[in-house]
Amino acid sequence: MAGGLVDHPDRLWRNPEPAAAYDVIVVGGGGHGLATAYYLAKNHGITNVAVLEKGWLAGGNMARNTTIIRSNYLWDESAGIYEHSLKLWEGLEQELDYPILFSQRGVLNLAHSLQDVRDSVRRVHANRLNGIDAEWLDPAQVREICPIINISPDVRYPVHGATYQPRAGIAKHDHVAWAYARAADALGVDLIQDCEVTGLQISGGRVTGVHTTRGTIGAGRVALSAAGHTSVVARMAGIDLPLQSHPLQALVSELLEPVHPTVVMSNAVHVYVSQAHKGELVMGAGIDTWNGYGQRGAFHIIERQMAAALELFPFFARAHVLRTWGGIVDVTPDASPIVGLSEVDGLFLNCGWGTGGFKATPGVGWCYAHTVAHGEPHPLNAPFSLERFVTGALVDEHGAAAVAH
Amino acid sequence: MSQPFRTASGGLVDRGRALAFLFDGREYEGHPGDTLASALLANGVHRVSSGIRTGRPRGIFAAGVEEPNALVQIEEPFPEPMLTATTVELYDGLVARGLRGQGRLAADPDPGRYDGMYAHCDVLVIGAGPAGLAAAMVAASSGARVVVVDDQIRAGGSLLGTGEHLVWVDRVTAELEAAPEVRLLTRTTAFGYYDDNYVVAVQRRPGLPEHRARERVWRIRARRVVLATGAHERSLAFAGNDRPGVMLAGAARTYVNRYGVLPGRRAVVLTGNDSAHDAARDLAAAGVEIAAVADLRDGWAITGVAGTERVEAVTLRAPDGIERRLEADLLLVSGGWNPVGALYSQAGGRLVFDPGLAAFRPDGNCRQALEVAGAAAGSYKLGVCLAEGAAAGKRAAEAAGLVAGEIVLPAVTEPEVTPPLAVWTLPGGDPATAFVDLQRDVTVADLTRATGTGMRSAEHVKRYTTAGTAHDQGKTSGALTSGVIAELLGVEVGALGVTTFRPPFTPVSFAALAGRNRGMRFDPVRVTALHAWHEANGALFENVGQWRRPWYYPREGEDMAAAVLRECWAAREGVAMMDASTLGKIDVRGPDAAVFLDRLYTNMISTLAPGAIRYGVMCRPDGMVFDDGTVIRLAEDRFLVTTTTGNAAAVLDWMEEWLQTEWPELRVHCTSVTEQWATVALVGPDSRRVLATLAPALDVSREGFPFMTWRDTEVAGLEARVCRISFSGELAYEINVSWWDAVTLWEALLAAGAPLGITPYGTETMHVLRAEKGYPIIGQDTDGTVTPHDLGLSWAVSRKKADFLGRRSFSRTDTARPDRKQLVGLLPDAGTLLPEGSHLLTGPDETAALGHVTSSYHSAALGRTFALALVRGGRGLIGQTLWATLDDGVTPVAVTGSVLYDPEGTRRDG
Amino acid sequence: MMLIPCPWCGPRDESEFHYGGQAGVAYPAEPDALSDSEWAKYLFFRENPKGPFRERWSHSAGCRRWFSLVRDTVTNEVLR
Repeated sequence: MAGGLVDHPDRLWRNPEPAAAYDVIVVGGGGHGLATAYYLAKNHGITNVAVLEKGWLAGGNMARNTTIIRSNYLWDESAGIYEHSLKLWEGLEQELDYPILFSQRGVLNLAHSLQDVRDSVRRVHANRLNGIDAEWLDPAQVREICPIINISPDVRYPVHGATYQPRAGIAKHDHVAWAYARAADALGVDLIQDCEVTGLQISGGRVTGVHTTRGTIGAGRVALSAAGHTSVVARMAGIDLPLQSHPLQALVSELLEPVHPTVVMSNAVHVYVSQAHKGELVMGAGIDTWNGYGQRGAFHIIERQMAAALELFPFFARAHVLRTWGGIVDVTPDASPIVGLSEVDGLFLNCGWGTGGFKATPGVGWCYAHTVAHGEPHPLNAPFSLERFVTGALVDEHGAAAVAH
Repeated sequence: MSQPFRTASGGLVDRGRALAFLFDGREYEGHPGDTLASALLANGVHRVSSGIRTGRPRGIFAAGVEEPNALVQIEEPFPEPMLTATTVELYDGLVARGLRGQGRLAADPDPGRYDGMYAHCDVLVIGAGPAGLAAAMVAASSGARVVVVDDQIRAGGSLLGTGEHLVWVDRVTAELEAAPEVRLLTRTTAFGYYDDNYVVAVQRRPGLPEHRARERVWRIRARRVVLATGAHERSLAFAGNDRPGVMLAGAARTYVNRYGVLPGRRAVVLTGNDSAHDAARDLAAAGVEIAAVADLRDGWAITGVAGTERVEAVTLRAPDGIERRLEADLLLVSGGWNPVGALYSQAGGRLVFDPGLAAFRPDGNCRQALEVAGAAAGSYKLGVCLAEGAAAGKRAAEAAGLVAGEIVLPAVTEPEVTPPLAVWTLPGGDPATAFVDLQRDVTVADLTRATGTGMRSAEHVKRYTTAGTAHDQGKTSGALTSGVIAELLGVEVGALGVTTFRPPFTPVSFAALAGRNRGMRFDPVRVTALHAWHEANGALFENVGQWRRPWYYPREGEDMAAAVLRECWAAREGVAMMDASTLGKIDVRGPDAAVFLDRLYTNMISTLAPGAIRYGVMCRPDGMVFDDGTVIRLAEDRFLVTTTTGNAAAVLDWMEEWLQTEWPELRVHCTSVTEQWATVALVGPDSRRVLATLAPALDVSREGFPFMTWRDTEVAGLEARVCRISFSGELAYEINVSWWDAVTLWEALLAAGAPLGITPYGTETMHVLRAEKGYPIIGQDTDGTVTPHDLGLSWAVSRKKADFLGRRSFSRTDTARPDRKQLVGLLPDAGTLLPEGSHLLTGPDETAALGHVTSSYHSAALGRTFALALVRGGRGLIGQTLWATLDDGVTPVAVTGSVLYDPEGTRRDG
Repeated sequence: MMLIPCPWCGPRDESEFHYGGQAGVAYPAEPDALSDSEWAKYLFFRENPKGPFRERWSHSAGCRRWFSLVRDTVTNEVLR
């Protein structure tokens, strides 16, 4: 039904006071932090866990992303963790008993030049070897999947074709966060909001607790999951990370009758757009080039975004932008995340997801929980160590074909 | 009877002209000056839309942008989804219908045009109500450059609704319009407030012919901004508060005074502040019977609203406790006034709860150069608004270094104000029909449920219930929602706060934001001096960066494969020519030019003799190949560097960055000359004969003009620089002439080569020819993870230089591994053309790839297909068989060296 | 759309500029003297403060000069 609300549960979480100490403290109550806490409890039996959130749960990038889920990344390392994540997405609604509106409506990644075509086919072949569903479509086939795309050869950047991942799709971000939060809470995890970490307690090279705006809390292990603010928190432990935090804007239109059946992404023209369940077009804009923690970007980025969108979707001309907003994305030099150990014992890192964090939520929660529980990386996040920047073994999704969103 | 609810006189509509329109399939009339909403009310139409979740009938609730209810779809003249009837200016022929939630996009292309405008000013006044007009007048009196924007069709703001001081408004408007440094933009809504006083506004321009922009986005940079955005009235949460006929009291006053429309015949007024009493007075004067004025401050309460399609009766409980049912078709409500703080919030300012106002207002401490005046600051008395506006205008002028004059403000006498009641929910009735957000159908019951889940944050509750996320972005519901949540949680509403305002203030069309940057103007197209010739001679084109390059030149009946084979044959066996003008060209000069280039290129440049040419590779400091090209030494202190087509600007930026930020001591200047030199590649065994014909003064002999040297000479009578370089392995020349002379040269070469069958070729043939020789294309055979060593270009990496960009990175563990991906050749089974992007496996059933195919072609010279690939440890696999993935299945391929044609280089000198 | 003070041209719209990240990161005088770890710091690690940040900009659509300024990464105010 138009604008219909899903049936949320009547109970989501307690609002406990922080205890004196926990076995594990997760810093950051976004999607990743909540999923990590859930899998720590569920998979590893570690339930004496607190998730500390400086604002409200999942109020950062989790609330600000465009909810695209896909696993069709080029490199084996990326494909491994994102495909693991997608498989978890496919069972998540049952697992968490929550309507997360996961819709496998497919994702088209458009190619606009001969080199785009080469890069796209390369990614399709790589994906298939990794067991990921992937197809190369010519323009007519693109039009069959998404009838409103302009495939005229006479536009500035014509559509030469697209890769298609049918299992990809979207989900409702808030619901996902609340589903993990509710499930973690039910397993005994303390979700503590309005609790900002102001310092890390380190003794003899080992983390022993965190200082917060609600007092000092002891911890056996501390798992950072602070996205755009990771540099700030890591700095409290004297750790430098190869991260830069940038604004990333997105926008929605008013509610519209269904016109757009899938998800379309274009790297060259820089569009990614889907139509959410209620009917609004959800669209991501480009990254602002400068470092910024203000959760807002510049207007010309939005103007450019609209021009690009109308190149591909002339029908959107009279749709209206209802709301724009910005998140803070932490970006690494190779556009791949850092998930693993740090130089401080007991302190773990999960950051650098850039624009890819939402889709990785279940996968990274699973692997990061394993890393924290065992004190060593899960095989799927082992390639995403900090060490790669020293050896040069980057997982360069920037230089490669897959669009970095 | 037409327009039964239109008053006989009064208001700002032109009763002399009728505008016909169609709503929900029925014909109506209105007048110029009407909105769709006022015209519907004039015709007695109250039910406009339906609740998105409940389907309950919904009417017209407000009279401006804050309207939460009256959503309409425009169908003609062109479909436009979801507008509020209160903001649609009525025009003849308008066809619209009421909406339940979702708008509809047109299936046809929008014929409208859109544009962008820029303005810079000393003072930007947002809102042309009393405060804004006073501010603008004072600022203008100083000679300051002033821009005033207002979303209505005429200035006046709240005075249009109260009908007061309109003579003053008209006089000020006329003076502002006449002032040379003032721009008064009506029908223009400021919707975004960005860093450093960058304000964006959308201007609607109805009634213009189709070739003129129907909407324009103004980008205004202001030294100082005066926010005079007024206030919006808010509702109260009580059961049945969504029925058509329930209307904000101030809106009803506006319909009477401004539009000459009676929103009903008999009204009940429910209020917690003084303003609704003024509304009641004006309505009564216009002929609406006021059944009761129930002031909550006096102990009145509401216990029922009867009627479904329209309010029929209202039940009140008087202060004495007696309930009375009053027949009425109109229920006017006023829960108080919210200063319009959206732009202030966007500007980085904070909104604080003011218990005296019972509203959130700007805290007066914004870091941007702005001030807030009038109702937007929480000052609701007209005299105060005027004075605040005048003072703001004066300060703004002074901030620009100007002196403001005195202006005459209207004399105002006002009664004392009784403080408003901070009231949100009215008790009694079913909380599931006590609406907080009318557009999202969010009720007190929904908010109660949300807070019951454990949610403590207004942001959570908003997301759980969707309150405040609709078309109106919570203009009437935001503060009310916070108030109700605060009551439910037992906290102060000020501590809870309101949710953050984000741009845009009102919805803006995608097309307006895109402006004219669509189609070919989305991104500039760069073409060479020969483009017209290419087009006239049937070339198909390829986009390379911003350039449009000839891809191949099919002849009658030829497909791409046939055309490319023919073009390749010509280059290998006869003579062929290509427009290579898009190559980036950078003039590098200065005493330290050679030192500079030694640091940038992996190979040694300083040893190059004037007159000679060297191929060079550039890396980023991480050791990965960034660009390649030739370096021509023109003199001791001067080089001409060529870059790849797509990278020319990046390379020039790269040079400037290093020169300016790292090596300022180097005396070097870099200048782009890409569009000064047109370049034609003349290729093939017969190229020498063609060149000799046109360049009689040039010694074209093998000894007289050796490989990798250049000569200045005349070609076809044109000043030219000829380089003996080859990207095909054949005897070849690159002839450079002035961009202006390109066509002359091209046609002379065609004529001179005609007897030898000279053949123009495009990028595809260029790619095949170079691939046959194993020359990599940066960006096709590399992807940002490839070193020069990986490409087999170790010969171009100096071992003598102390340092160059990228060198240190080659010795890192991963970069030094012997089994890195390396560029090799592949020979598939005869006839099989590997897909570019195919992956390479050690066996047909393996899934772990060793690398991928970067280039793959039919070769005329080899008489077969071949490919280049990046393969892990590839050079050690030469002679072995791998398996390449196809779209379906795999195929065996033999690994070879990357140079497949003329590995001895015998053809280079012809 | 920030207004960025180009020291040569005066204040101009942000869209005329190219961002260059942290200022004052010098190319190492002797790359060979650095360990892989130290070299990695030069290549990939840059400060990322929340608050004042000394950073580089190039007026790429104007005078094409590089310069540094200090900007607050939360408010975008140019501090000096």
